[in-house]
Amino acid sequence: MSTKVQLEIFEGPLDLLLHLIKKNEVSITDIPIATITEQYLATLDLMQTLSLDVAGEFLVMAATLIHIKSRMLLPVGDDEVDEEEGVDPREELVRRLLEYQRYKDAAAELDQRELLTRDVFARAPAPVAEAGPREFREISVFELLGALKRVIDRLPKDIVHEVTLEKITMREKMTLLLDRLRAQSRVVFESLFAEVKSRMEIVVTFLAMLELVKVRAIRIFQDEPGGEIVIEAAAGMEEALERVVFDEAGEKQDGA
Amino acid sequence: MEREELKSIVESLLFVADGPQSLQRLGEVLDGVDRQNLQGILTELQQEYENQSRGIRLVEVAGGYQLRTAKANADWVKKFLGGRPARMGKATLETLAIVAYRQPITKAEVEAIRGVDVDGVITTLLERNLIRAVARKDVPGRPFLYGTTPEFLQLFNLKDLSHLPTLKEMDEISLPEIPGEALSTDYLEEN
Repeated sequence: MSTKVQLEIFEGPLDLLLHLIKKNEVSITDIPIATITEQYLATLDLMQTLSLDVAGEFLVMAATLIHIKSRMLLPVGDDEVDEEEGVDPREELVRRLLEYQRYKDAAAELDQRELLTRDVFARAPAPVAEAGPREFREISVFELLGALKRVIDRLPKDIVHEVTLEKITMREKMTLLLDRLRAQSRVVFESLFAEVKSRMEIVVTFLAMLELVKVRAIRIFQDEPGGEIVIEAAAGMEEALERVVFDEAGEKQDGA
Repeated sequence: MEREELKSIVESLLFVADGPQSLQRLGEVLDGVDRQNLQGILTELQQEYENQSRGIRLVEVAGGYQLRTAKANADWVKKFLGGRPARMGKATLETLAIVAYRQPITKAEVEAIRGVDVDGVITTLLERNLIRAVARKDVPGRPFLYGTTPEFLQLFNLKDLSHLPTLKEMDEISLPEIPGEALSTDYLEEN
């Protein structure tokens, strides 16, 4: 299958690292670099397995992590403690992570203000649109991947080996999802996979969903942190679909 | 002009105004009224709206005064206006925050902080008129320096840039909790 989805990944390598640090409940100033590096690389693997376009920045960070890890392994001889080598190899990375978290915090604080056209309205047409029901939050790529893993895990492990030619196309899956959304306006993520039988089918369904996000036909939300992942038709779903040539949906589209 | 009459006129002007109106602009129309007087009247109006629990507030935003709906009524106003405006994503918000606090700043400098390419996001912010190119940096390539616009102040209900929430000091930064469910299944444990 030559499907390649260029998912617009909002989170970069720093975001992934912060996620891993939080998940492992370790201190940002004392990162267990071996563990984190291992998990970081495993995540890249998973992204690549899904044919997600792993941006170059992720690879640069992977190299940085490995470099730090190797420097941590080197014994620091007394005579070698010069200005460059004497400091903790993690220092620069920690500084970047903290700096990034600082602006994430600032962004969250800005988001809590009384936003025009979300919390308050003025008479004149507002300069910027912002909103959606506030009880929804956008979910991150990592949470999506986590949900996907749960779905895959639910597959029966002892599938009888049966050679069948699976003819599942992304186009079919996209059409299916769109039909459901037209009928019921919101669909729970897990229910997409209710009747799915194979790993391949799960992946194709997942990719079909991502493709529809990419063309802005659908939106994916969570009611509350850790809650159900919900798929909704985007405001301009039909218009968005008109812009997409469906027959080519399975192929990489440039300038989409 | 009587004070009450003046207040009434000011209210009418604000009612028809398109966007926040500065003291200076209001003063130009109401010739002869001094700034301090006008300021006092605006403050009074502001308090009246507040005290009488009206559906409208007079807010000081983006260097001027503007009538806005009360926050408590947001859901009803939204329902009335209908439609669902575009949402601001995390990437957009983070990038905007970096530009707001660090302006003037180049795209490359924003990228250094976020650790990812911000081309698309910068374009979106420019299109939405929330940031603008304010100058060029005197380095090779002469890249644009970006800053925020009055629309940014309006959107976030800020009087001016000095009213941005204070940035945390580096040693105050702690990582927020991860919501439980997202944690419980570790997709990294596969094989």
